[in-house]
Amino acid sequence: MSESYLIVGADVVGEGRGDLLLQDGGVRRLNSAADAPRDARRIDADGLVALPGLVDLHTHLREPGREDAETIATGSAAAAAGGFTAVLAMANTDPVTDTAEAAERVHELGRQAGLVDVQPVGAVTKALAGEQLAELGLMARSRAQVRVFSDDGKCVHDARLMRRALEYVKAFGGVVSQHAQDPRLAGSEACAHEGELSGRLGLPGWPGVAEEVIVARDVMLARHTGSRVHIAHVSTAGTVEVLRWAKAQGIAVTAEVTPHHLMLPVDKVATFDPTFKVNPPLRPAEDIAALRAALADGTIDAVATDHAPHARHDKEHAFAEAAFGMLGLEQALQVVHTVMVRGGAMGWAAVAAAMSTNPARIAGLDHQGGGLADGAPANLVLFDPSARVTVDRDASRSLSSNNPWHGIALDGAVQATFLRGRATLLDGEVHA
Amino acid sequence: MRHLLSAADLDRDQALTILETAAQMHEVQHREVKKLPALRGRTVVNLFFEDSTRTRSSFEIAGKWLSADVINISAKGSSVSKGESLRDTVTTVAAMGIDGMVIRHHASGAPAQVADWIDAVVVNAGDGTHEHPTQALLDAYSISRRIGDLAGKHVVIAGDLTHSRVVRSNLLLLKTLGAQVTLVAPPTLMPSGVAAWSEAAGFATTYDFDAVLPDADAVMMLRVQKERMSGGYFPTPREYTVGYGLTRQRLKLLSPNAVIAHPGPMNRGLEITADAADEARSLILDQVSAGVAVRMSVLYHLLGGAQ
Amino acid sequence: MLLGIPRRGATLAARLAEAIAEVEGVHVPTGSLDVTMYRDDLRLQPIRAAAPTQIPPAGIDDAVVVLVDDVLFHGRTVRAALDAIGDLGRPRAVRLAVLIDRGHRELPIRADHVGKNLPTALSERVQVSLVEDDGVDEVRIADAADASEVTP
Repeated sequence: MSESYLIVGADVVGEGRGDLLLQDGGVRRLNSAADAPRDARRIDADGLVALPGLVDLHTHLREPGREDAETIATGSAAAAAGGFTAVLAMANTDPVTDTAEAAERVHELGRQAGLVDVQPVGAVTKALAGEQLAELGLMARSRAQVRVFSDDGKCVHDARLMRRALEYVKAFGGVVSQHAQDPRLAGSEACAHEGELSGRLGLPGWPGVAEEVIVARDVMLARHTGSRVHIAHVSTAGTVEVLRWAKAQGIAVTAEVTPHHLMLPVDKVATFDPTFKVNPPLRPAEDIAALRAALADGTIDAVATDHAPHARHDKEHAFAEAAFGMLGLEQALQVVHTVMVRGGAMGWAAVAAAMSTNPARIAGLDHQGGGLADGAPANLVLFDPSARVTVDRDASRSLSSNNPWHGIALDGAVQATFLRGRATLLDGEVHA
Repeated sequence: MRHLLSAADLDRDQALTILETAAQMHEVQHREVKKLPALRGRTVVNLFFEDSTRTRSSFEIAGKWLSADVINISAKGSSVSKGESLRDTVTTVAAMGIDGMVIRHHASGAPAQVADWIDAVVVNAGDGTHEHPTQALLDAYSISRRIGDLAGKHVVIAGDLTHSRVVRSNLLLLKTLGAQVTLVAPPTLMPSGVAAWSEAAGFATTYDFDAVLPDADAVMMLRVQKERMSGGYFPTPREYTVGYGLTRQRLKLLSPNAVIAHPGPMNRGLEITADAADEARSLILDQVSAGVAVRMSVLYHLLGGAQ
Repeated sequence: MLLGIPRRGATLAARLAEAIAEVEGVHVPTGSLDVTMYRDDLRLQPIRAAAPTQIPPAGIDDAVVVLVDDVLFHGRTVRAALDAIGDLGRPRAVRLAVLIDRGHRELPIRADHVGKNLPTALSERVQVSLVEDDGVDEVRIADAADASEVTP
């Protein structure tokens, strides 16, 4: 018989104080704490906010292939520490997750780590080469039940191939998550937002329009095929405009934004610190404002981390030659709280939607994102909004330290995470 | 000033002092014994990640004439492909106990990163399409020897600006020295965000070369590579020359006292026609010998005194 | 040939040349010799800009060179000047002319021509001012507190 927990006095999804009993993997809403069984461990949650367990649509766990940067176990620990109960593991590993076997292996390693549900994302094209569809159907039928497909890191830029992928995944309710980057407008050398700063610094520019033209094309393809498309890491105001228009037309498009694109401006690259090199790149304040507004009004459905660990030596190159990407799992909720909730742009119910319910729905995860109603699976996170924490990259559970918030004070702290009633983070410790 | 990473590291006094010392150093080149003891016992490494015989030998001679021990290390090719990080490469070299590191790198910002990683003085000898501060000092030195103090003078810079590290350093230094600058290029070869940049930094831009020539005290022509055509930056060399080349007709628009500079290597017939090039030639040869003097001055100011 | 050490030595050299021309009717080639790069305390001081070195066109080979400086103190500047001369050529002889010799030598160097011997304490400072450089001709001895004028 597993342990049960009595959470007393939490602000439940921002809707008022309540007592929650986590028992047998489910949530029970109690009228009175006295109704709890005696052996339940009592957690005083006065001042804490209870949210449904977070779901990350976009995580790089690096295993198999780059276990020196992250493993499924260490990435899972970082996820639990950040309040996540499920992550979607991107396909750009070595080997690529482009077969049923590869997907099952990731899924199984995640199960063994036992900290979050690790749901593999399948590649759209074989070896991410953008030429030939991967075995999408076999991945969907595998024990891993892959539903999200993405060549993330690369754009599915061939319009005909993208069209076929969108059509094909309809048979099993799949969705293609597009890394929108026209390779002719922003090639592999593009590494900084194209604008005044990239002009001054002489860094190869990554213009926002390289994202926008692909998003515009893909929403039209989604309309034409009647399929669902998901836009990964939206980074520009122009993309937001296209999304707003497409949703108004009833096109089945969803979109995510990363914590770093919500908070960190392009100015960060002025010192050529490769910690701030990410794809798509950090953008100017106007884009950040548009992204925040779009997340607040629902044009952007979800926050996804694009957690991208890298070994130190892959970041200690000249800026243009360093690896793309930054960590995100441990700070995501703090960042959303700092930039969205504290300023009043979002309430906790909207945060729960953007970081749990919506991503679970987009990814087709039935046992995640179910909210905290009586009888829901006991996936939840307790967050202390009054804490103020200066981020220390060396305190991370990740194997890597490319943390863009290092040294920055963020509002709030994750206190506890529960996966199906089991504490995966409690008292500052991660428990498998 | 501990390093010279950007022309922006120099305030007006520092820049003028470097140029003044350069003039004294220039004189040393005409002596029989071309040697000053100022950097005796100092070790300077020229770490070049990109070939540049001209710049490397200029720094090498400069160091040697100041009596420093100079070591050239070619680290050509991407360290990424060698499996060694830039940090590993430079800290290994620095561990040999060097005092100064002169870095040329194909990627923008590399010298600035290196300055954070090692204790030695770092001199940027050209990084990607970012900066080339000693070239800017050299240009300022050569031009001011012809036309005097640059304060209030009008310098026109034309060519492939978006891919030029020289223009970025020149903009900063010329501004520091009080000159007015106008950039001339087709829109495709202007740096990105130049509208906002020019407004913030106080320089002008135009697509009309002819309009600014009569008012110019100096014209600096930057190299345009023919390969840019394939990137769609301009249709043909002929069309480029007609719009933005320094042609014989354009020479006539220049005031007789104006000077023509070209940091080289020249693409005769593209950005500069043969006769304009010949007219510019004296200054260009001047620039080669002045290059050693300017780099001596920079090395002396960074490494000569108390650290 | 007169070679002054910038700044005030160079000024004094020019004045001497003028006086010689007046008295003797002989034109002595005159120049300046910057010794900044040769100083043994280069590493101990903040960096300073180099001053001009101007050698008369004939060069110094086989010439009798008279080094001119304002104050002779430790002798280290003169040592640096001798090194600098060695890099410029091979004079027949080198002599030294100074306006003030204040003593306290740290090297085996003496002046051939001295304007005035001025006994000083090691803690004092001797400051020569010249019209061309400073707007006034005077020599001041200063210690921590006061300054007294010696020669107008």
